[in-house]
Amino acid sequence: MIGRIVTALRSKLSTDVKTRHDHKSRCVLPVLPAITLLAMLGPVIAGLYGTILPAFGHLPAAGLTGPTLSPFYDLFDWAGLPRAVMLSVGVGVGATALALTIVALLTAGWSGTPAFRFLERLLSPLLSVPHAAAAFGLSFLITPSGWLSRAVSPAITGWDRPPDLLIVQDTWGLTMMAGLVIKEVPFLLLITLAALGQADTGRSAAVAQALGYGRLTGWLKTVFPRVYAQIRLPVYVVLAYSMSVVDVAVILGPNTPPSLSVYIVRLMSDPDLAMRLQGAAAALLQLALVIGALMAWRIGEAIVTVLGHRWIMSGTRGKIDPIVGGLALTAGIVCAFLVLAGIVVLGVWSFAGYWSFPDFLPDQLSGRNWMRFGPGTVEALGETALIAAVVTLAALALTVGCLEAEYRYGLRLSSRGIWLLYLPLLVPQTAFLPGLQTLMLNIGADVGRLPVMLAHLVFVLPYVFLSLADPFRAWDVRMGVIANALGARPDRVLWKVRLPMLLRPVLTAAAVGFSVSVGQYLATLLIGGGRVATLTTEAVALASGGDRRAIGVYGLMQTGAALILFALALIVPAIVWRNRKGLRYG
Amino acid sequence: MDRGLTLRDVTILKIGAPLLSLSRHIGPGEVLSVMGPSGVGKSTLLAFITGTLAQDFSATGTIILDGMDVTDAPAYQRRVGILFQDDLLFPHLSVGANLAFGLRAGGSKVDRQTRIDEALAEVGLDGFADRDPATLSGGQKARVALMRMLLSDPCGLLLDEPFSRLDTALRAQVRELVFARAKARALPVLMVTHDAEDAAAAGGDIVTLSPLH
Repeated sequence: MIGRIVTALRSKLSTDVKTRHDHKSRCVLPVLPAITLLAMLGPVIAGLYGTILPAFGHLPAAGLTGPTLSPFYDLFDWAGLPRAVMLSVGVGVGATALALTIVALLTAGWSGTPAFRFLERLLSPLLSVPHAAAAFGLSFLITPSGWLSRAVSPAITGWDRPPDLLIVQDTWGLTMMAGLVIKEVPFLLLITLAALGQADTGRSAAVAQALGYGRLTGWLKTVFPRVYAQIRLPVYVVLAYSMSVVDVAVILGPNTPPSLSVYIVRLMSDPDLAMRLQGAAAALLQLALVIGALMAWRIGEAIVTVLGHRWIMSGTRGKIDPIVGGLALTAGIVCAFLVLAGIVVLGVWSFAGYWSFPDFLPDQLSGRNWMRFGPGTVEALGETALIAAVVTLAALALTVGCLEAEYRYGLRLSSRGIWLLYLPLLVPQTAFLPGLQTLMLNIGADVGRLPVMLAHLVFVLPYVFLSLADPFRAWDVRMGVIANALGARPDRVLWKVRLPMLLRPVLTAAAVGFSVSVGQYLATLLIGGGRVATLTTEAVALASGGDRRAIGVYGLMQTGAALILFALALIVPAIVWRNRKGLRYG
Repeated sequence: MDRGLTLRDVTILKIGAPLLSLSRHIGPGEVLSVMGPSGVGKSTLLAFITGTLAQDFSATGTIILDGMDVTDAPAYQRRVGILFQDDLLFPHLSVGANLAFGLRAGGSKVDRQTRIDEALAEVGLDGFADRDPATLSGGQKARVALMRMLLSDPCGLLLDEPFSRLDTALRAQVRELVFARAKARALPVLMVTHDAEDAAAAGGDIVTLSPLH
């Protein structure tokens, strides 16, 4: 033990000596990890603090002082509460379990096959479609007057007018759950693929098959436990997110009562400041629900482990593998189809003139909707792009700084510390963003663009970090040794060797960050105080009006804004490194 | 001034436990071959000399290069060249730009270009300056890596299993070239290798390390 401390001290001393000549970067670089953690966790902690006080009746800005429990009494007096809670829990847990099951069975049954590679290729576009756009697309597909119904009417159904069915915004939140599943399946699939790359999984599956196990059962029994250990945190993120999502709930979820998170946003947007007390109480309830659900999920994991162990000991080889595999593949394809066809139908609506049921296509297609809504979208696009660009650049700078500090000084997050990265994604947005807004109100800080950017950074940073960390660390450090030996200072190595070599992953991380920022709804709405209008806030605001042409235009613009950097991340390295075979991977 | 590379009472430690100890002087144009089982810390010894020791390792002792104590100097000021078993040419730079990266700063643009062209010619790669390194053969890459390192004007040369990725025919050829260039520039060479044939071909002293403890 003492030896270890001495060694640590000694290596720290030698690091200090080594960097003595490096004044400029020495000043900033070592503190970047701290700044990054502060940027990610500061608003979350401040927001939770800002939630707790008003939840107990303390809101000086409205002339209210606590402590009192009346906000909670008011909340529990609301007749819709049990249903709102059930929706939050049911939809969140249901969507997460369903998405995880589909991804696990799909990977188990099909990884390495052409069908799987086809789905893999769809991943990036599927991921970059914002939740709101995917939700609108889904609703345009499956409403009684939607595209799917038109496709089979009247030929098969005999409908010449839309049937009177409540599909979108159904009381049980099933459509909302579907809207979450189609977006979480690609996310979990991506995470699973990354985990597969790290474990030696191919040979385990091959050994299991040689022992007579079906492809799917063999994979589940040998590979899945290892993979799940690695994707556990992202799964928790999906659970927390699905339980507290607002934009998808506004578009696809029921109204009377709405889910708890939507109710929180309603209370927080009420002109009567006193309603914020109840909103804060509801936000704390939301936090408690997510914590409870995460604990229940952990217990579920333990149960599945016991059952899975029993299943492994039984030695069953998987007789129904083909059936289960077929179902999983179908589910995967349906998810991809619903997202992509949803974008297509948004596009058709954006160009649609008169379009009566049950015609499959509009009578005429014209640019008139775009002429009408175009100017509004351009303004919102400018705001969206400005915020996303600034936030993405800041996140990239902090991330590269952290990773470089880790490389130069060994300031590395321990495996425990990785939790901190996920923390802003695990605390439900509706639990801390309202508090952050109230806090700003109390200290008299102005709402507007800059606070919105800081709030976006909380969500963008973890994704940029998680996206860039692996490729950055995988860079062959001997390149750095060589460059140092050739007389290049650490800064020169970073700018002239490491970053150029990592151009593609850096751009991909930027694209991820940009699309996360573009898709932010609640942070923009609450922290912007309704005065910062992005494509996402404008699009979601259209949900209640039901103007499909306007939604088509805004939804398509939103998708385009999120997608464009992914396209650039593919094209730019291909052009810049067109004569560099060593960098043409993937 | 005492030219050459001197390691005085160097001990490498892994998490505080000594791995190896070495005390030697390598004169200009001499080669010292260091052999020993894997895990004994041969590559770590080289990392100590280049100033790029990894987290878990530490070291005591002194490194003197051409009379200068470089033990605590930052890696980029030590003037110690190193070659690995992989060529490690920067994949985003052309062959010429790789050499320019190595070439000490200073001199006019024309001068620099001339020195790069001469370096390429010295190893029979005339006109390769604009080539993508990924399109070169293994032997050609090894030669470019050697010249890149020599252009940085090092005072000593470290070789980390430098020939083990090359096939037998190339191996002797590249080995001969490296030792000849080092000798021509009167560089002290420290080579770490598994291969007895490499060590024999080096023609210098051979140290076989065995684990301490």
